[in-house]
Amino acid sequence: MAKIELKDVRKVYHGGVEAVKGVSLSVEDGAFVVLVGPSGCGKSTLLRMVAGLESISSGTIAIGDRVVNELEPAERDIAMVFQNYALYPHMTVRKNLEYGLKNRKMASGEIARRVDEAAKMLEIGALLDRRPGQLSGGQRQRVAMGRALVREPAAFLFDEPLSNLDAKLRVQMRAEIRRLQRRLKTTSLYVTHDQLEAMTLADTLVVLNAGRIEQAGSPMEVYERPASLFVATFIGSPAMNLLPLGAGGIAGLTAPDGLLSGAGPAKTLGIRPEHMRLADGEAPRPGEMRFDLTVTGVEVVGAESFVYGTLPEGGPEVAVRVAGYSHVEPGTRLAAAADPAYLHRFDRETGRRI
Amino acid sequence: MQKAVFPNRVLPYLLLAPQVAITIVFFYWPASQALYQSMLKEDPFGLKSKFVGLQNFTQVLGNPDYLNSVRVTVVFSVSTAVLAMALALFLATAAEKVVRGKGFYRTMLIWPYAVAPAVAGLLFLFMFNPSMGTFAYLLRDAGYRWNPLLDGDQAMLLVVVAAAWKQISYNFLFFVAALQSVPRSLIEAAAIDGASSTKRFWTIVFPLIAPTTFFLLVVNTVYAFFDTFGIIDAVTGGGPAQATQTLVYKVYNDGFVNLDLGGSAAQSVILMAIVIALTAIQFRYVEKRVHYA
Ligand SMILES: Nc1ncnc2c1ncn2[C@@H]1O[C@H](COP(=O)(O)OP(=O)(O)OP(=O)(O)O)[C@@H](O)[C@H]1O
Ligand SMILES: [Mg+2]
Repeated sequence: MAKIELKDVRKVYHGGVEAVKGVSLSVEDGAFVVLVGPSGCGKSTLLRMVAGLESISSGTIAIGDRVVNELEPAERDIAMVFQNYALYPHMTVRKNLEYGLKNRKMASGEIARRVDEAAKMLEIGALLDRRPGQLSGGQRQRVAMGRALVREPAAFLFDEPLSNLDAKLRVQMRAEIRRLQRRLKTTSLYVTHDQLEAMTLADTLVVLNAGRIEQAGSPMEVYERPASLFVATFIGSPAMNLLPLGAGGIAGLTAPDGLLSGAGPAKTLGIRPEHMRLADGEAPRPGEMRFDLTVTGVEVVGAESFVYGTLPEGGPEVAVRVAGYSHVEPGTRLAAAADPAYLHRFDRETGRRI
Repeated sequence: MQKAVFPNRVLPYLLLAPQVAITIVFFYWPASQALYQSMLKEDPFGLKSKFVGLQNFTQVLGNPDYLNSVRVTVVFSVSTAVLAMALALFLATAAEKVVRGKGFYRTMLIWPYAVAPAVAGLLFLFMFNPSMGTFAYLLRDAGYRWNPLLDGDQAMLLVVVAAAWKQISYNFLFFVAALQSVPRSLIEAAAIDGASSTKRFWTIVFPLIAPTTFFLLVVNTVYAFFDTFGIIDAVTGGGPAQATQTLVYKVYNDGFVNLDLGGSAAQSVILMAIVIALTAIQFRYVEKRVHYA
């Protein structure tokens, strides 16, 4: 059990690619922190620096109260679950689990106890004498988890461990990882590009973009108060609707007085699809914003549908969440409404929240 | 596999013909000739020959020179294969670690393969010839009594080194490819699992490249058996006192120098049997322990 502390960590690869541009982050003891960001933003690089698989160009990384910059991966007391599982193909599952313990010269009784315990916890007891090649993807995933568990390390590092699984299994394993982590209370750093995975797993969500932290906070905090345009569009599906605010307001949008006044820097307004509703045939309610939309398409998810429409005069496209099944025809003109309380404002120049 | 159906009944045989012809001309025909020859006894002038059954074989197998040659062949082949493979593997792992100039380093290591065996033999002959070789001079300067023309063990050492040197490039190429096919994440996982780099090599990398090692073992043994004639001929000529006379060399020597065609053919047949047996054993027993990932 330990805290992980990153101070102004940078990574410049051979050839000058700056993959991580000064990241400071503190992972509390027992916390589950998820690093999320688009492909190439430096998530894996950051995780691999914590693991010791990649050198640190500048800054410090501490695990517990030791600075680990110069320590070998084995000396950092961490365990890692790889995206491709990285199981040793020529060893049985049992040997895979034992490998890290034997290398540490642990007593054989203790090794057997830990392997049994992990096998029970992950329900892989029946697979112990098989080789990785004889397992399904989901089973391999469990074994990879098991290999990390038996080590009883100070911290778990996960690099997109679920991305090779099918959708159903992914949801199941996600819940399982969460349950295990809650139970073991081992500090965990988890990398993913799947925002749904990030939202559901994290105690603290860290959104990375181009080697920098855009925002860190609890998933709901990040969702409800995105610190930047990038976070606003990255977290949430479909993405937040963005409306660039011009000098004369926004064509097709009527809003209560003063809401769209152009004082201060150029702004972009944001509103999430679920905070909008179709209001066709309703009389406008006081204090509400009203959108005049031409429907471009409907996406039926099942429990809900998303109606997409554009504002007039070549305005932006917005999505409106509708409960249940919606059968609006494309081309129809519709009114939609939203409560200004849910409006987000961003400085268009810097992208930061106002 | 899907069966191809040809509308023409002659075409398939025509397509097959070149391959079959080559195999017949270059393998079955000489092999059957050797078998036939091995039962004949010919006079030194090649004027008449008579059928003697297995007499050539009993003579060959009862000959202490022949048994010596078997011993020489075993020592030579095992040493050459082991030396060539061990050095190549060492160089390949070193090449993995090179960051700058990787391509250059690899290219340089591949070149010796382009050198013909006899030329390779000559190179070593010149370097280690007791009367004019640079290395021979250095060795003697260092107080070592170097004379492979008189000392059988030294002669053996010299041909082994020359033969292995020639084969290192080939092995190197295969080992480099094999090492590259070991996923990096496995090695990283092992590093996190607390294995030192030596331990990672022997417990993860080496087992995973075992199929390549096995393949090279077969190739190198066959090479040491058959393709080293040129090297031995150039460096020692089978001497001194037959200390480096391998089975293949003896076939040549008895047949073409001493003109004992029947005996030479009998040796060829035995050699053929040895190779078939060797390959069968390798595939049957060694391969079973090899894990193909
Ligand atoms: N060994 C390397 N040498 C040079 N550049 C690298 C190296 N590894 C990664 N990079 C670069 O560093 C940046 C970050 O890479 P990284 O693998 O950390 O991305 P990521 O966020 O994990 O992306 P993904 O979600 O696709 O896995 C990328 O621009 C990548 O091209
Ligand atoms: Mg990655």
